[in-house]
Amino acid sequence: MSDHATPLAQARSDGYVTVAEDAPRDMIQLKGDLSDPGLADAVERIAHAAMPGPLGLSTSDSAWIAWMAPDELLISLARGQGADALSSLSRAMGDRHHLALDVSDMRAAIRLEGAAVREILAKVAPIDAVTLPVNTVRRTRVAQVPAALWLSGPRTAHVICFRSVGRYVFDLLSLSARRGGEIGAF
Amino acid sequence: MLILDCPYCGVRCDETELTPGGEAHLTRHGPGSDDADFERYLFQRRNPRGVHLERWRHAYGCGKWFHAARHTVTMQVFGTYPAQTTEPPADIVERIRASDPDWTFGDDT
Ligand SMILES: [Zn+2]
Repeated sequence: MSDHATPLAQARSDGYVTVAEDAPRDMIQLKGDLSDPGLADAVERIAHAAMPGPLGLSTSDSAWIAWMAPDELLISLARGQGADALSSLSRAMGDRHHLALDVSDMRAAIRLEGAAVREILAKVAPIDAVTLPVNTVRRTRVAQVPAALWLSGPRTAHVICFRSVGRYVFDLLSLSARRGGEIGAF
Repeated sequence: MLILDCPYCGVRCDETELTPGGEAHLTRHGPGSDDADFERYLFQRRNPRGVHLERWRHAYGCGKWFHAARHTVTMQVFGTYPAQTTEPPADIVERIRASDPDWTFGDDT
């Protein structure tokens, strides 16, 4: 069997912040009424993580759930678990008005590591990178393209974007993290 | 640069994360309507020097359309509110009147 190609072929760049493609994961997009306890139940059962509040990200050992909009979640699971999770989710949702889609190959995922991760985000996105709390998902613009980003700790940030612009975002972040480009504002 | 709070997701948005949608609270005049009304609905828009109610879409974020009340000369933002309404909510009207006591809804041509 051939290997699954990731959008960035495990690219990595070591600047004053390390920029690297994240390990591939399966992803499910779910649209529906997030205030419905039945939906929350179904989601928690496949991700084993709590239903996130607005703009929140909740995690378990092997999954995370990101709040993307008042009627949309993105559920990320270990590679290979998406198909089974999607069918149990669809079964649990039953007749509820919803949309559940396997979007595993739709996005590129990039991880940033280093003391200055907030500075790199501030260089490329129109967000308040000083006050962005950990595990808060900010959907925004990264230079010219849409992306979602969040911090999972004081030194780690994650950026996801459409696969088609993955190389653009990776190059942009690598350039912003190149040694010599330190601002020291954070 | 405009900064608006999205009333759906709560994010404080930079103007570049939003798509402008023009004048808010238009009444649709569709097939069968009077020619003058139809023309006004399709082509005529208010463009006041002063208080303006507009539609904006949180395009790079949650994707929702919302309304914003702002002053086109001073750039003061009176507030944002969900689009599921035919008129601006009372708290927004109150804030507009605090700076322009004569303002009334529908009368800013
Ligand atoms: Zn929003």
